[in-house]
Amino acid sequence: MLIDSGSPGAPATIGISLTINGEVRELQVAPWTTLLDLLREDLDLTGTKKGCDHGQCGACTVLVNGTRINSCLALAVMKDGAEIVTVEGLAKHAGQDGAMHPLQAAFVERDAFQCGYCTPGQLCSAAGMIAEGHATSREEIREAMSGNICRCGAYTNIVDAIEDVMHAGAAR
Amino acid sequence: MNRFDYVRPTTVEEAVKAIGSAANARFIAGGTNLVDLMKYNVERPERLVDITRLPLEGIEEHEGGLRIGALVTNSTLAYDERIQNRYPLLSSAILAGASGQLRNAATTGGNLNQRTRCYYFYDEATPCNKREPGSGCQAIGGVNRIHAIFGTSENCIATHPSDMCVALAALEAQVRVTGPGGERRIPFAEFHRLPGDTPQYDTTLKADEIVLSVDLPDEGFAGHHTYLKLRDRLSYAFALVSVAALVRLDGNTIGEARFALGGVAHKPWRNAEAEAFLTGKPATRESFEGAAEIVMREAKPQSENGFKIELARRAIIRGLTQAASGTPQSQSDKRIA
Amino acid sequence: MANSISSTGTDSFVGTARSRVDGPAKVTGQAKYAGEFTAIDLAHGYVVSGGIAKGRITAIDSAAAEAVPGVLKVFTHENRPRTAWLDYNYQDAVAPPGSPFRALYDDRIHYSGQPVALVVAEDFGTARYAASLVKVAYEAEEPLTDVERQREFGYEPPKKRGGIKPPPKPWGDADGAFASAPIQLRGDYTLAVEHHNPMEPHASTVVWDGDGAITVYDKIQGVSNSQGYIAGVFGMDKDKVRVLNPYLGGGFGLGLRPQYQLFLAVMAARELERSVRVTLTRDQMFTFGYRPDVRQTISLGADEGGKLRSIKHDALSGTSRFEDYQEVVVNWSAILYGACENVSLDYKLTQIDTYTPADMRAPGAVTGVFALEIAMDELAYATGQDPIAVRLKNYTDRDPTEDKPFGSKALRACYEEGAERFGWSERNPEPRSMRDGKELVGWGMATGVWEALMQKSAAQATLTVDGKLVVGNSTGDIGTGTYTILTQIAADTLGLPMEDVTTKLGDTDLAEAPVAGGSWTAASSGTAVMKACRKIAADVFAMARAMDDSPLANVDLERVVFTGGRIEVAGDPSRSVSLVDAMKAAGIDKVEATESAGPDAGHMKEFSSYTHSAVFAEVKIDEELGQVRLTRIVSAIAAGRIINLKTARSQILGGVVMGIGSALEEESMLDHTVGRFMNHNFGEYHVPVNADIHDIEVIFVEEDDKANPMGVKGLGEIGIVGTAAAIANAVFHATGKRIRDLPITIDKIIG
Repeated sequence: MLIDSGSPGAPATIGISLTINGEVRELQVAPWTTLLDLLREDLDLTGTKKGCDHGQCGACTVLVNGTRINSCLALAVMKDGAEIVTVEGLAKHAGQDGAMHPLQAAFVERDAFQCGYCTPGQLCSAAGMIAEGHATSREEIREAMSGNICRCGAYTNIVDAIEDVMHAGAAR
Repeated sequence: MNRFDYVRPTTVEEAVKAIGSAANARFIAGGTNLVDLMKYNVERPERLVDITRLPLEGIEEHEGGLRIGALVTNSTLAYDERIQNRYPLLSSAILAGASGQLRNAATTGGNLNQRTRCYYFYDEATPCNKREPGSGCQAIGGVNRIHAIFGTSENCIATHPSDMCVALAALEAQVRVTGPGGERRIPFAEFHRLPGDTPQYDTTLKADEIVLSVDLPDEGFAGHHTYLKLRDRLSYAFALVSVAALVRLDGNTIGEARFALGGVAHKPWRNAEAEAFLTGKPATRESFEGAAEIVMREAKPQSENGFKIELARRAIIRGLTQAASGTPQSQSDKRIA
Repeated sequence: MANSISSTGTDSFVGTARSRVDGPAKVTGQAKYAGEFTAIDLAHGYVVSGGIAKGRITAIDSAAAEAVPGVLKVFTHENRPRTAWLDYNYQDAVAPPGSPFRALYDDRIHYSGQPVALVVAEDFGTARYAASLVKVAYEAEEPLTDVERQREFGYEPPKKRGGIKPPPKPWGDADGAFASAPIQLRGDYTLAVEHHNPMEPHASTVVWDGDGAITVYDKIQGVSNSQGYIAGVFGMDKDKVRVLNPYLGGGFGLGLRPQYQLFLAVMAARELERSVRVTLTRDQMFTFGYRPDVRQTISLGADEGGKLRSIKHDALSGTSRFEDYQEVVVNWSAILYGACENVSLDYKLTQIDTYTPADMRAPGAVTGVFALEIAMDELAYATGQDPIAVRLKNYTDRDPTEDKPFGSKALRACYEEGAERFGWSERNPEPRSMRDGKELVGWGMATGVWEALMQKSAAQATLTVDGKLVVGNSTGDIGTGTYTILTQIAADTLGLPMEDVTTKLGDTDLAEAPVAGGSWTAASSGTAVMKACRKIAADVFAMARAMDDSPLANVDLERVVFTGGRIEVAGDPSRSVSLVDAMKAAGIDKVEATESAGPDAGHMKEFSSYTHSAVFAEVKIDEELGQVRLTRIVSAIAAGRIINLKTARSQILGGVVMGIGSALEEESMLDHTVGRFMNHNFGEYHVPVNADIHDIEVIFVEEDDKANPMGVKGLGEIGIVGTAAAIANAVFHATGKRIRDLPITIDKIIG
């Protein structure tokens, strides 16, 4: 057994190590703390949003070991050893320290958001989607980005922004 | 969300031991359904057994087919080249479900064990025999347009929500499990069950058993398959009705046809009589209508879901047409083939 | 274009496409929302929601919750602190008439999901866990939540809601004219109950400042409303209550009124004398306002040529037992087609056991116009006319409900330009006549209309000697682009680059402005900012002219222009003074101004003000399987002058997408036995996702309006109005099936 937190009901915390936006963090977490709550409540990384807390809106999307997931449904303790990238670290992750990630710049240019609350999730999801490499056409992007709800209705602009970045990437 | 203790075994033996060590322990891997249910207080495990470190992540050749480890994520499975080439139905069904993010986290074993999306099951404030046996079923006579039309009981009319499982039912996969009583293989049709008097049980998996793999047989019907899903929006929604169809043709004659329905019952719904009816028939609309007719004889509507009977009938016909004509449904091009 | 803001006669920023000034903060995660501010020793509240719709609480057992280490207190009706007892004190600035709901007030249960306890703990996880241990026992009564079954109790609201015009008195003889009309159409129309579901759940962070003072970060569309509410309910001086909300994660009307999480957070903070945050869950977002359940009947009588002889539009709207929620539902029939000589409009309420409905994007207009514009499509088919032609035949340049001409109404241009862009002339009007492969193709259109409003607003501006300008007021940027357009307006007014202007919003310490709603913010706050900047311009000009050997000596304010940070004699750039130099010469380090703007009473007396649109929709339908794909929308908008082409377009896109939701997906499903909305989550309450949305084209037609100095009318709502009808009409064109009951889901297509 790798880890055993002890008897049921005890508010024991477990030591884990996470690399968050490039920084190694040694943390004590309760087993019921989700990655989302760890980020928002304990680490004040509130860029990652809680829209539904049930994997039904995508606002909490982050990259875990380069893969996009809903952080609201991930228990932090289970991600022990993982590398996490949130919207705050997206630019740095892409080697754009100091500047914006190309997706962030494209979102601003294309007005791909209004209230901004779904935006961090859209950005992390788009970054993950591009890395996955399965979506190329507009239609495929729409489908691949359907796990991120935007109640302000910026969808067409979101797809425009993603296409801008994908085409710029292809041109490089 | 209740409080629980947490263990993280590294071997299957440790995991099985751990699950038996608390009265109400649960395995957790992707967490995409269990954490969701825990936040609603529907699941209140005393112990979570984190199985993500178990060596169950591979997809291997096995007895002419493929053995899919229980921890293989939905995304990995859907995009695996062997799956796409030999079992394209499975790939398509997985991609019809959930979202990119959820598929990246959700696992094969977890998908098999996901629970219904019945509103009442999720809502502590209402009675539900599945959540709280004996409390009653408020969905009967309530808001039930998403509920079952086959195999219901007076205790429960919930549906099984998975897309992947509908494909696995049609493919006749086997579920390999192990527990204190040793390893066994459960034919897919016997893995999920009907609610009857005990709707609290979704599957025949014992509480102390763990899913090791899903084993696919050699026949994948790669040439003639489809997964057709109908829902309330074009993505990221559970099926009102879905159909996984597989056909083997000898010329224009049906050598073998299999089809399973999703969104209509407590388990992926197959009908042996309807499938047998198709054997030896020409691959025409008339034949497909005949098969659909046989299936729908058993359908029983609730107060708000009568439309599912006609929708399922039409979906069967279209699904079989798509499979027979070799024009499977795309999951990104939303025009229905 | 008329109405330039810049003294040069040509605006540099207003009227152009500009990226949001708050964009970088939003895309980098730096923008903080109400539930994201923190404080020393912040405690966390978690709401326990009630499980029955009607009755009373007989017992609450919170012992187990209180025993959890880290729990500070469990608040219930039994131990809540005293608050005001007069309804008046609970009525916020936009409350409808009635007795506002009071959380934890007594043992009565008024609706399902009502908060029955608040658990406050040291951390969020503990509060949530402890909340699951609170046991509540009820004595339940049978709830009545079906509007149709409450029809016999319909009534005209005795007390009218401020700002909501009741239906005009009938004119002519609508029944008689209908009976004798050659063409008679009558239909019942329903739009499902919708919940706003902004992405950000409601949240309030109350920071205990000590000494009885609090700083509150509240999810609200206008902080002054929360401030007034807190002062009223808790008997606090307003100067002890500062409310901020710099960013709002979507409101759509749900953020107009202070909601129960604010009450609970302030109550707990005062009682515990420490900072408290309460954030609602997504499910709890279904436990207060919603777009009401309105049952409508429209009767149109017309001659064979499609000219209307009679309009009857009746609506029965659900409201709560405790407030008479009202919106304008039926008046639109007269506003659009009231040239008709016989018109009868009726709007009644009936009470059900739910929370009070809330304004939701274009409240009333979405509901009324969806029905009206389907009825007009039916009229077109009944008389063999083109849908645009039949609308033009009944076009009016006067608002018969007020007996005034419209200040401007470029609706004809919307029809023309929209039709042109859509390719409407290629349409074969015959239903089921157009196909694309397996799919039936449908083209439909509809008209949209919304009020062009202004509200009295103040704004302030401060120019500092470094040449930087700060403007702002207390209104909120609800995603509409207010930060950006106010920056543009200020920059053009004072001739500064946008980079030198900062806009501050959402803070009760700033000049007072009303809630952001009703599409009035651009006109109201924009005009106020312009006036404050003009005051600064005049003041600095006076300083410039008073300089020794001033190049502007003997020149009047009317003869100078403000450009490039300088004051220049018009037509003679060689004679100029920089704003900074003028201030330095005067020996001051800043110039401040606060100005107010309000509706132009003279203009209002003479004219009616509305925005209009023409919406064109294309659907492709697999008829056998009932799947509708919305493949194209063209929305042509007449809304006066457009300040920012980029954010304006986005506002229309957003309205259209929400309209698509209304037409095809959104439906809150009540179980009338338990009186509860059952699909209370994002998985089962379907809003459009990316895959649902294809091409949307937005056209702004030229429209010169004089209701305010900028010629601005507002854009927040017009994009949604009419969209659902255009889609429903397209579905009819595709299938020949007339669906008057939205949303148009698979079952209705195959049924």
